Amino acid sequence: MQSYNLNETHIVTPDEEIALSTHQLQVFYGSNHSMTDASLSFPRFQITALIGASGSGKSTYLRSLNRMNDRIATVKGEIMYRHTDINSRKVNVFEVRKHIGMVFQKPNPFAKSIYDNITFALKAAGLTNKKVLDDRVESSLKEAALWDEVKDDLHKSALSLSGGQQQRLCIARAIAMQPDILLLDEPASALDPISTAKLEMTLKNLTEKYTIIIVTHNMQQASRISTYTAFFHLGHVIEYDKTETIFQTPQIQATRDYVTGHFG
Amino acid sequence: MKNIFSEELKKLFSDFTDMGTAVSGQIAQATQSYIDHDKAAAQSLVTHDQSINGNEVDLEKQALTLMTLQQPVADDFRAVVSILKASADLERIGDHATSIASETIRVKGSHRNQSVEVKIASLSQQIRDMLTTALTAFNANDATQAEKIAKQDQSVDDQFDEIRNTVTVAMQQDPEVAAAGASYLLVTKLLERIGDRIVNLAEELVYNQTGEIIELNQSRIRPDGD
Repeated sequence: MQSYNLNETHIVTPDEEIALSTHQLQVFYGSNHSMTDASLSFPRFQITALIGASGSGKSTYLRSLNRMNDRIATVKGEIMYRHTDINSRKVNVFEVRKHIGMVFQKPNPFAKSIYDNITFALKAAGLTNKKVLDDRVESSLKEAALWDEVKDDLHKSALSLSGGQQQRLCIARAIAMQPDILLLDEPASALDPISTAKLEMTLKNLTEKYTIIIVTHNMQQASRISTYTAFFHLGHVIEYDKTETIFQTPQIQATRDYVTGHFG
Repeated sequence: MKNIFSEELKKLFSDFTDMGTAVSGQIAQATQSYIDHDKAAAQSLVTHDQSINGNEVDLEKQALTLMTLQQPVADDFRAVVSILKASADLERIGDHATSIASETIRVKGSHRNQSVEVKIASLSQQIRDMLTTALTAFNANDATQAEKIAKQDQSVDDQFDEIRNTVTVAMQQDPEVAAAGASYLLVTKLLERIGDRIVNLAEELVYNQTGEIIELNQSRIRPDGD
């Protein structure tokens, strides 16, 4: 693979309200330094896409944002959310995840009913009023654009849904906790093009209420739905700018090569 | 991602229509100021042309961003490409209208020929009707109007020939008319060129709907055309 100067970077700070930002975030798996000094600011109520080849560090970075790496890696640096460094060991990680939800690559609904999937975390958080739970199930499924397809089958097993439906159920499950920020790790890579289009439209509509950060291998997906895009390479953030700039006039050679497919 | 794309395409078409309406207004004002010898109105039009050019740049940016970020194919691709090309034609039509306004400011001599000026006004109106037809058809994606526009342009070309002959004869009869006569020829030629650009819009309309690239400009097909 062609080698690039990893110190040559172009990283902007969006000139708008910032929902979450990291400062010199570093991730170590044992002695392996897999993420170097990532400093990024994510604008509120927008979709930001993280792109890069496998092993570039984008998923590692994403998982650090709601402390999913706590048990497997050492994460240094600051993750600022509402004036608090949520990477601090003093911060309650469960509290963090109430505000910053995560949806994974492979749809992973619980082997329970659709209804129970959504209410599981709510009940664990102490919510017991049936009316409130019912309302939350309906509003979450509506926001995830799944309500019309499942409203008559809420007590059917979630595993009976199609892949695309399962993934939207996982989004509904995440937003039932009414988080601020949604992290998505390649949420459409296991879906067919029609389910992908539906999911993308759902995400776009969710920006009315949520800030979304999405890791994707699919550059077209990044260009279609995101406002900002960060390009990762070998554990470094190389370029971060408005999506239209990244895909029309990228500033760094490595980004140009990656988005045009002349990479490696 | 049909929906996001559709919304942005709708905006592109709506901005294109706005630009077309503005350009049509430019043609009307330019011709009117020319007929009225209203240099002040002409000057304001020349200044205003910058905003039309700005519109064209905005449309071009929008179309290019849509192509890069949404990577449209098939009908969607043709729609964006046809707007991209058509906006360049509109911008050039605006430039021609501005040239008519500039001619109003530049022209000297009081020997005018009213019957020629009436014909120029009528030609200008006909061209604006053609433009309206083209813009409406663009919005309705109705390529059946393309032939009609091409036919109207033939009539425009005929009127151009007629005015040219009238002016030539007038200049032969009275050399005092020469200064105004040269100006009439220029303005009529500019209007005729606007007609050709509107025919380009019709061609882009056909491309948008069918994917066919055709030549409707008779002056380019006829060997004696200019």
